[in-house]
Amino acid sequence: MPHDHPDHPHSLLPSDPALRVKALETILVRKGLVDPAAMEEILDTYERKVGPHLGAKVVARAWSDPAFRDRLLADATAAIAELGISGRQGEHVVAVENTPNTHNMVVCTLCSCYPWPLLGIPPAWYKSDAYRARAVREPRKVLAEFGVTLPDGQKVRVWDSTSEVRYLVVPMRPKGSEGLDEAALADLVTRDSMIGTGLAGASR
Amino acid sequence: MSRVHDMGGRYGDPAVIPEPQGIVPIGPEWHRKALALTLAAGGLGAWSIDTSRHARESLSPKDYARFSYYEKWMAALADLLVAKGLVTEDELAAGTADPAEPHPKLFRAEAVGPALKRGSPYARPGAEPAFAPGDRVRTRLPARNTDVPGGHTRLPAYAAGQTGTVILSHGAHVLPDANAHGLGERPEPLYTVAFAAADLWGEAERAGDEVTLDLWQSYLVPA
Repeated sequence: MPHDHPDHPHSLLPSDPALRVKALETILVRKGLVDPAAMEEILDTYERKVGPHLGAKVVARAWSDPAFRDRLLADATAAIAELGISGRQGEHVVAVENTPNTHNMVVCTLCSCYPWPLLGIPPAWYKSDAYRARAVREPRKVLAEFGVTLPDGQKVRVWDSTSEVRYLVVPMRPKGSEGLDEAALADLVTRDSMIGTGLAGASR
Repeated sequence: MSRVHDMGGRYGDPAVIPEPQGIVPIGPEWHRKALALTLAAGGLGAWSIDTSRHARESLSPKDYARFSYYEKWMAALADLLVAKGLVTEDELAAGTADPAEPHPKLFRAEAVGPALKRGSPYARPGAEPAFAPGDRVRTRLPARNTDVPGGHTRLPAYAAGQTGTVILSHGAHVLPDANAHGLGERPEPLYTVAFAAADLWGEAERAGDEVTLDLWQSYLVPA
């Protein structure tokens, strides 16, 4: 275990972060501890394959198919697996549905826990000290910074992700979207709307 | 007694800056490498996610505050590699190492897709839950690891000694307080507990607003 002595081993590495990473990569690859092709595969997964388009598919299905919505709210891990979605940082998923009475918003104050298989890599703001510190105490002020103002009658419930359970916000379906098919509905579902810092159908 | 990562509720931070929607670009090349190296080295199975979180939390407050996200990852990775005997301090200082045969548990490219798709579930067979949705519970005060002084725990300081209502029961999950320190998984019933924002902060932005946390049974007593 790392100990609380002033000189952590990491301080032996170069201070410039790019050089630090280069040194670690050199050591790990030369020692046979990391496969460079595995690194490429990991990046390909999160740069091209896994992202909020997957979460949007889940939300669009929930809006279109009441039976799927019920299964999603009862056991989201099983429901998303029906759409082929599963994996690292999404082993235990709970879907929380926004209603006219309750707006849900997700944070991880202790680190940056995030539902990777549904939303991909978290945006920088989600990992920022500002969001981690403030989302639990003044969520409405934080929402205003995203251009979101909630009606007076809607309470805010902030979910602090302190375990391996990951939360997916199911935003409210926008008015005027009645005739749309699932693909068109998915286009209305932004990443931020599934974290709870945005509303579906909004451009940001 | 708190650590620097435990920042929920803290005053003084600036506005949050939104970003474009869609897949997040990972950023400069060294961010990409830092992410890939951390996941690839994690694939050796030499440490758990709890141990890895604790390594990041154990950075000195000065480093934690000045390091960017991926710098924290790199620092924790270097510290873990040394702690687990996989890399020596001399190698870190030299920035290189003598070539060696592939490690028997090397995380190979062909294993990446299936492993990321599978993940590592944390639910375990365990004791029946002592609490049920609707029960009122009070959290441990102070927030601390009761086995290891200064050790890892997932009860944030802002929620310590607070009374809330159980809203979800998740079955038994690996206990981070034990698993982070190699004390075994010690699965315990895990709950989601809702607290009134007014109780946590003295005043809510709006009456009725709530904050929920996922909390293990040993963090809780009946209220």
